[in-house]
Amino acid sequence: MSAEVHSRGSIRRRLMVQLLLGAAVLAIALFFIVQSLARQLAEESQDNILAAAVSAILDTTSVRDGEIQLDLPYSAFSMLSNISNDRVFYAVRFGDDFVTGYSDLPVVTKDDSFGPWFDTTTYQDDEVRIVTAQRRLASGETPLAVEVTLAQTRDGQRDQLMWISQSAAALGTGFFVSVAVLALLAARSSISPILRLTQSVSRRGPKDLRPVAAPVPHEMVPLVAALNSFMDRLKNSLTRSEEFIADAAHRVRTPLATVRTQAEITYRRVEKDENRASIREMIRAIDESSRAAGQMLDHAMVTFRTDHLEQQAIDLNALAAEMIDRLHPMAELREIELVLEQQGAASTIGDTILLQSALRNILDNAIKYSPADSVITLIVSQDAGMAHLTTSDRGIGLPIDDAERLKSRFARGANVEGVIGSGLGLTIADEVARAHGGYLTIANNSKGPGACVTLSFPLQ
Amino acid sequence: MRFLLIEDNMSLAKATIDRLSLDGHVVDHAECLADANGFVSTTEYDLILLDIMLPDGDGRSFLKSHRSALESTPVIATTARSEVSDRVGILDLGADDYITKPFDFAELEARCRAVLRRRGGNASNIISLGDVRFDSLSGTLEIGQDTIHLRNRELRLFEVFASAPDQIFSKSKLLDRLFSYDEGATENAIEVYVGRLRRHLKGSRAEIVTDRGLGYRLSIK
Repeated sequence: MSAEVHSRGSIRRRLMVQLLLGAAVLAIALFFIVQSLARQLAEESQDNILAAAVSAILDTTSVRDGEIQLDLPYSAFSMLSNISNDRVFYAVRFGDDFVTGYSDLPVVTKDDSFGPWFDTTTYQDDEVRIVTAQRRLASGETPLAVEVTLAQTRDGQRDQLMWISQSAAALGTGFFVSVAVLALLAARSSISPILRLTQSVSRRGPKDLRPVAAPVPHEMVPLVAALNSFMDRLKNSLTRSEEFIADAAHRVRTPLATVRTQAEITYRRVEKDENRASIREMIRAIDESSRAAGQMLDHAMVTFRTDHLEQQAIDLNALAAEMIDRLHPMAELREIELVLEQQGAASTIGDTILLQSALRNILDNAIKYSPADSVITLIVSQDAGMAHLTTSDRGIGLPIDDAERLKSRFARGANVEGVIGSGLGLTIADEVARAHGGYLTIANNSKGPGACVTLSFPLQ
Repeated sequence: MRFLLIEDNMSLAKATIDRLSLDGHVVDHAECLADANGFVSTTEYDLILLDIMLPDGDGRSFLKSHRSALESTPVIATTARSEVSDRVGILDLGADDYITKPFDFAELEARCRAVLRRRGGNASNIISLGDVRFDSLSGTLEIGQDTIHLRNRELRLFEVFASAPDQIFSKSKLLDRLFSYDEGATENAIEVYVGRLRRHLKGSRAEIVTDRGLGYRLSIK
């Protein structure tokens, strides 16, 4: 009996998705932060070097006789080439006159500060960082500004940035992967108490309704507490049902026992034939009602137990021998011989009490419908993965057209006039067989009169 | 036989005692486990009929606490609860058999016989009738060197005669003892069984005599 469970979402998946999304966002942010810091640092260092170089050039300028004197220092350019093999451009202006360098090199727009002034622009199809600095030199009455502009391409810096970006990307990816692994482990370890609880509950037998005793993380305490209280209620209700069935039987049968015994006593005392006949009818009626009550309660108990099927290994030979032993006195009263024929080992898995009940019912039937002084055979056999318990009697047989109907509740054969029965015996046997994955077969003996009823169960 | 009946339902107990007395048994009645303990410690019984549900405890605890004392006395548990639910444990705890209420006294008798036979009989099972030794437990007649095994109904019929030699039993009384209420046997059946017993007893001093219009009796020459 397994009810369908609807599932929506997965804790593990949700946990994984959240952790991985977080990790991805962090990895991308890390990449951009590293990249922009690197760019900033590279730009700053280029600016510093450009500023140093330009001021070194300015330092060598002087005015002699109204002419600007300039000696481009090697050190200024070597400083610049230290960074990379980028091309360097320069232009020197004195006052409004161009002195030397690349005359078309643009000048950085100066603001109010003292400089140097930086800019990034395109020169000769390349992106360049450009710096302009001024120095005032005395020339005649008015000091004139000597202005040096220096530009450097950014190929080296771009290469460097590319390398740093790649490193940052690798770093980000590594971070993401390690977080993903950690997330997987974390998800698994946070799911594991749930799995452990599931296992400990599903490994239980159907009658095991003890509370869960193993410690669980405190987040799961409400769930386990609810589960425990549910099992407790279930246990109580199962116990109550079982007790109710048993008590109901007790309440019905005890007074019937008194009535039956009194009737027997009276029967032995009265002499008149018509009185005896009517008492016999009374006893028959009592037997009929007590048998019906008993079988109904047995049937309720069988239904109840098949819902909570126990799984024990059952040796069918031993079960059959015990049942024959148990029914022997009953059969003997009518001089019926019970013969047990065991054809090899046969065992199955199931509920012993249910199997006993099923076997007792088909044997009871055989005894009831057998003529006095006859033989009933119980054969324990097996074939094709099934174990069979077959009773074979020499009785009135069964109306075979009706065989399927006989398995239903309160159905009785058309030929059973005068035999006490409730019509539940075969129902019980059939339900027990089916609850164990087996079946009940009703037939008549191939040779001679009598019925042949077989209970089949899967072999262990 | 001497029975101890442990049963808390008074009307059922009284009826049971009356019914068993009809067959010549002696019955002591205990209403609860405390009384039962008293009876068991002072008297030897041939058989104990134990109700499983009692006011001062479960009949199972009686079985448990008297296991050693009960070694010599068989116990048949009586239960009115569902056979499916109650029989578990009854036999495991040392009862020899159980019977579900309400029961046919013929069935009770058959079970007693089976239980006593399993336990092995004692001298009280053997009745000497002239040169016939009748063992009611094994169902045998010994006449001189011959041993005859009686079939169930022959045995029960002979038991009736042997319990009171020379007493006349009517056909209808004998019918009651031999057949259940739903078997619908006729008095002819009694003649068949009496005929069989006569054949078995041929050559002995015991004889089943017909008193015309009255019935049969066992006479020892």
